[in-house]
Amino acid sequence: MPIRLLCHPGIGPAVRGTALVAADNFSARYDLDRDRGIFRRPTHKLAGQSYVGRILVLNEAKGGVASAWMLAEMKRRGIAPKALVFNRVNPILAQGAAFAGLALVDRCAGDVTQLIHTGDELEIDPAQGRIDILNRDA
Amino acid sequence: MRLSDEERAMLAGAMGEPRRRAIAHQIAVGAFFDAADFVPVSQAHIMADTESLGENGLSFLEDLAAAPAAERRVRVPTMTDPRGLDFAVYRRLGQTPAMAAREARAIAALKALGVLMTDTCITYQTVMAPLSGDHVAYGDTGIVIYANSILGARGNFEGGPSALAAALTGRTPRYGHHLDAQRRGTKRFRLGAAPRDLAEWGALGGLIGEACGSYWEVPVVEGLSAVPGSDALKHFGAALASFGSVALFHMPPVTAGTADETAAAPAAAAAIGRGDIDAFLARYAAPGDKLDIVVFAAPQLSLFEIERVADGLDGRRIHPEVTVVVATSPEVKHAADRLGLTRRIEAAGAIVAAGICFYQSYAREMAERNGWVRLLTNSAKLVNILGGYGYRPSLSSLERCLASAVAGRIV
Repeated sequence: MPIRLLCHPGIGPAVRGTALVAADNFSARYDLDRDRGIFRRPTHKLAGQSYVGRILVLNEAKGGVASAWMLAEMKRRGIAPKALVFNRVNPILAQGAAFAGLALVDRCAGDVTQLIHTGDELEIDPAQGRIDILNRDA
Repeated sequence: MRLSDEERAMLAGAMGEPRRRAIAHQIAVGAFFDAADFVPVSQAHIMADTESLGENGLSFLEDLAAAPAAERRVRVPTMTDPRGLDFAVYRRLGQTPAMAAREARAIAALKALGVLMTDTCITYQTVMAPLSGDHVAYGDTGIVIYANSILGARGNFEGGPSALAAALTGRTPRYGHHLDAQRRGTKRFRLGAAPRDLAEWGALGGLIGEACGSYWEVPVVEGLSAVPGSDALKHFGAALASFGSVALFHMPPVTAGTADETAAAPAAAAAIGRGDIDAFLARYAAPGDKLDIVVFAAPQLSLFEIERVADGLDGRRIHPEVTVVVATSPEVKHAADRLGLTRRIEAAGAIVAAGICFYQSYAREMAERNGWVRLLTNSAKLVNILGGYGYRPSLSSLERCLASAVAGRIV
């Protein structure tokens, strides 16, 4: 039986994918090379890694408002993450996910950057506020 | 969410497709944050530079702009954040005609929606400041934190799609900083030393922002020894929002928060002294390094800041291998032109750009095209952002920035 994490109801469609996890924060403008699909900011814990098609699991949203437009453009160009899982987001990431139709959940029971590991296979149901870690048993 | 008759009509499409899309987006966001209902807003402000918009955002704006006029016009005064380029100087900055063409498309679409092209992130210094208690939908973190904290307005960070939605519906979901509960202090800091210039006010904002690290924290800052001035708190707030994603602070007696809101933070205060500010600046120090570009922006400069740049450059000549960019709002640029400040700055070899803010202006492409790596600024917000754009940014006072621009290396 998979490990199930309960969260606040989120935004966007149910998705399944592979987790990329760091105990770090996130802004599309501050942190990403949105042409190459990698984390570019040298001090980010995921620097140099590709986020494309992964379920990003991070701590908090940071910085400014640009991510609200950028997530939709990244999705159009095929260089978006598959979904976003955060401990807590600011309004910008929620607005950006809603505009892009990207799956987002936050406010889960526990620290998602500890409970979820890079490489975990996740199934996320934002409407139900639920994350299943498929590759590990409860 | 509880909807009024008018809001239900918007959602049903009775007021046109743009307003239907807008309120549907707002309900999705409001439900995510457990908003009980909507609150009317007095102003909106949209971040919509074309680097952020991309083709998707541009097409979205053009689609809305193609709707009948009665359906597409904004319902409250709506302003714009800085644009991606200034048509008067973009070639000198290595920006391309393709970028200019994208800007022209965005401008045409926004004008068709009834948006005022103010192109500024300092509306409170240049257009119209909100009053205490005003609910607003602002799309620049620096404006939001200044309006919430110093002016007593109430607003969340509203990204471009949400700010535009608020402009079209005349309201925004009532969550976050629209609520009394979110205005209460959560962390307390005590100043042991007064920042000495705008770079140090930004450094202080960066330090407190890092210590907060969340939109939902509300720092209370005590120990102010003198009234700092609008530009100082502009840099402080912009850095606090940039490093911490914070949207509200209390700094008695210059902020608008009530005694109850300030008292709500735990009594134990984290001390911030001279050593902390110096250490923050030292992170970005690069004495003697060859300099490529000096930027005064983020936030755009007030008229008083422009005057200080002009005073500092009188009788000097910028090193031929250094580019100096001064970014301000179109309104301040007009005033600087009229007052002779632009002429004095440009006589030294600097570029005064109107309606841009540098980091929203294809900063990575400009760096690659011009070979810019080492950047110096007095904006803590800018050094925080540009690390992800391939720059090696340094932070120093306005006076040292100018001296370095003349010397060709960081002094």
